[in-house]
Amino acid sequence: MADPTRANLPRLSLHVPEPKFRPGDAVDFVGVEVPPAGSAPRPDTAASPRDFTELAYTMVRVLDEDNRAVGPWDPRLSADTLRRILRHMALLRAFDERMFRAQRQGKTSFYMKATGEEAVSVAAAHALDYEDMCFPSYRQQGLLIARDWSLVDMMNQIYSNKGDRLQGKQLPIMYSAKEAGFFSISGNLTTQYPQAVGWAMASAAKGDTRISAVWCGEGSTAEGDFHSALTFATVYRAPVIMNIVNNQWAISSFSGFAGAEATTFAARAVGYGIAGLRVDGNDALAVYAATQWAAERARTNQGPTLIEHFTYRAEGHSTSDDPTQYRSAGEPTAWPLGDPIRRLKDHLIALGEWDEERHAAQDRELAEQVKAAQKEAEKNGILGHGLHQPLDTLFDGVFEEMPWHLREQQAQMMAEEAASGRPWDRK
Amino acid sequence: MSEAMTDNDVQNDTAADIAADGDTTRMNMIQAINSALDVMMARDPDVIVMGEDVGYFGGVFRATAGLQAKFGKTRVFDTPITECGIIGVAVGMGAYGLRPVPEIQFADYIYPALDQLVSEAARLRYRSAGEFTSPITVRSPFGGGIFGGQTHSQSPEGIFTHVSGVKTVIPSTPYDAKGLLIAAIEDNDPVIFFEPKRIYNGPFDGYWDRPSQNWSKHPAGEVPTGYYRVDLGKAKVVRPGEALTILAYGTMVHVCTAVVAEAGVDAEIIDLRTLVPLDIETIEASVRKTGRCMIVHEATRTSGFGAELSALVQERCFYHLEAPIERVTGFDTPYPHSLEWAYFPGPVRIGEALKKIMKDA
Repeated sequence: MADPTRANLPRLSLHVPEPKFRPGDAVDFVGVEVPPAGSAPRPDTAASPRDFTELAYTMVRVLDEDNRAVGPWDPRLSADTLRRILRHMALLRAFDERMFRAQRQGKTSFYMKATGEEAVSVAAAHALDYEDMCFPSYRQQGLLIARDWSLVDMMNQIYSNKGDRLQGKQLPIMYSAKEAGFFSISGNLTTQYPQAVGWAMASAAKGDTRISAVWCGEGSTAEGDFHSALTFATVYRAPVIMNIVNNQWAISSFSGFAGAEATTFAARAVGYGIAGLRVDGNDALAVYAATQWAAERARTNQGPTLIEHFTYRAEGHSTSDDPTQYRSAGEPTAWPLGDPIRRLKDHLIALGEWDEERHAAQDRELAEQVKAAQKEAEKNGILGHGLHQPLDTLFDGVFEEMPWHLREQQAQMMAEEAASGRPWDRK
Repeated sequence: MSEAMTDNDVQNDTAADIAADGDTTRMNMIQAINSALDVMMARDPDVIVMGEDVGYFGGVFRATAGLQAKFGKTRVFDTPITECGIIGVAVGMGAYGLRPVPEIQFADYIYPALDQLVSEAARLRYRSAGEFTSPITVRSPFGGGIFGGQTHSQSPEGIFTHVSGVKTVIPSTPYDAKGLLIAAIEDNDPVIFFEPKRIYNGPFDGYWDRPSQNWSKHPAGEVPTGYYRVDLGKAKVVRPGEALTILAYGTMVHVCTAVVAEAGVDAEIIDLRTLVPLDIETIEASVRKTGRCMIVHEATRTSGFGAELSALVQERCFYHLEAPIERVTGFDTPYPHSLEWAYFPGPVRIGEALKKIMKDA
């Protein structure tokens, strides 16, 4: 309570951020500043980060309102490459649709879509080398899709079925695919940030040529791991690309709870002396160009780059939340940076390299491809319909070799199973 | 590993016997740890050492002295002061294929790294079904008795023994420190390697007011200069006996040895050396023989590793027990500064417990 002897001093007040729109509110994103496409300068990849700090506050954009690629960041990709990126983004969306529905049908426990954020992972994967190591967060399944990883393999993981390479040990969508340069996803947020930096440091220490890339959400930039990683990255000039996917929402908490009211997320780079870029995350060409630029910096020992991908999470955080309970239903359609798939499609059409009929046909083809993969994966089982992994595998992989106390517990479990009489699969 | 000399070959051997098998020299525990790092860095180009002040300076306890000059800055380097970052980076380096040996300067500072240790290093093999592993060894000086106050004295081993997927190792002699550290570095799972800093220079007997000893007169201060392993998961009977079994590790092994000698009790003292995985066979065989069990650790009492040991002995040796199991531990307070020796489970506390457990013998 206020001390009467201090009555002449102004009362303090606590600022608690509040998003602009809540359920039922009309949405008007005029407050979101969108610099014109082509307006951001493109520094030489050997330039010092302190010479282009403004890139952490503006926005690298390539596709303009007339669906043209403009400005110094235009990566000048061939029509074939553009069509491949478009196809992978559309495949990711089709995959998400199908798997979301599979969860709703009770075939698995959990799913997370990347709707509206397809460019962030797919275009980045195209700009990286296949040998580069990716440390994804939980919404970068587009990396696997863009690296042509087997959809059946991904679905096996989602179903925790007999074909699951992770033996049913991980929550659905927490993939691991070492062959595809895709690190095991952790549910703990941003733990992969220092790990990616460590991987890149190891690559540099060994005189290797491969770099690493890592992703986290804007909300989890608040984790200590993020700041530890940036410190290590700048100190050792690690060859790493650090991506922040600013999709505006962390479950029900808007980006203001990670500091967005005060500055941009790319600006986190400035304090560390790291190259920082703020990019239109719904512009596949801008994402590609920024990643390519950052990769060139990393490959030439110019050090790390932090990229904020300004995008929008068009659907819920996961199958476990209902976004209409905390934000206005009008937000996704009002988002001023549009839809990444539509924008790239319109660009290809403007170039005379694509048309609506081919796009619709491709969507039908991709839907069939996903459906066929699902049918194949479901032959290996779906979650909850029997136990798909041999029971004793529960103890595999705690250690390389199983110590006595785990062997004892394993024997106990097998005895329980024998006593239960349940018809579970056995090795 | 044809040149490997296993611990079993030399267990309980005298210094003269070890010398006959190869070059040995006198080392304190710091020198033995330094030698282990030196040997492993020379053998395996993937072994790297990192941590606060470990590079040019050689570590605040000198454990990494000379390594940077010998192996270069890309293999031995100083790090920013972020334990979360040190372990996170080590996990990433391990995923690349290196075998990092990060140092956490004091065990009291390991807590910011807990998420990276518990949720990442310890879980990576399991969650990726073996695609990725964390072959890292986290070295950290621990324990009190050096007037370090509450931030340079703690014994947090019980936090790690509770975590599935991580091994916890605590040496009590220079010989074991080198052999265990080599085995830990070669292990493909994450190992927490706690170094009892009170016995870096000598086998402290618990009498803080008496002249301190150093390792030069102790047989386990004679250490092979080359490569050898002390396998993880194997305890060592440091004093065979019939009257009771004492389970201890780290500094407390030496305190117990002194107390037992003074009391003239024929105790069997077992140095656990590795807490997880635990050498349950050696413990069981001993307690079945003696019928009495006393557990001694410096860490706080409640939910300490002694509680687990007590439960295991009760479960497995109940019908052989002739007296209740005794636990002798630090108190459930933060580690004090000026009252350090009142906190420390020294000769008086252990001696009283010894009388109690032997009362009806």
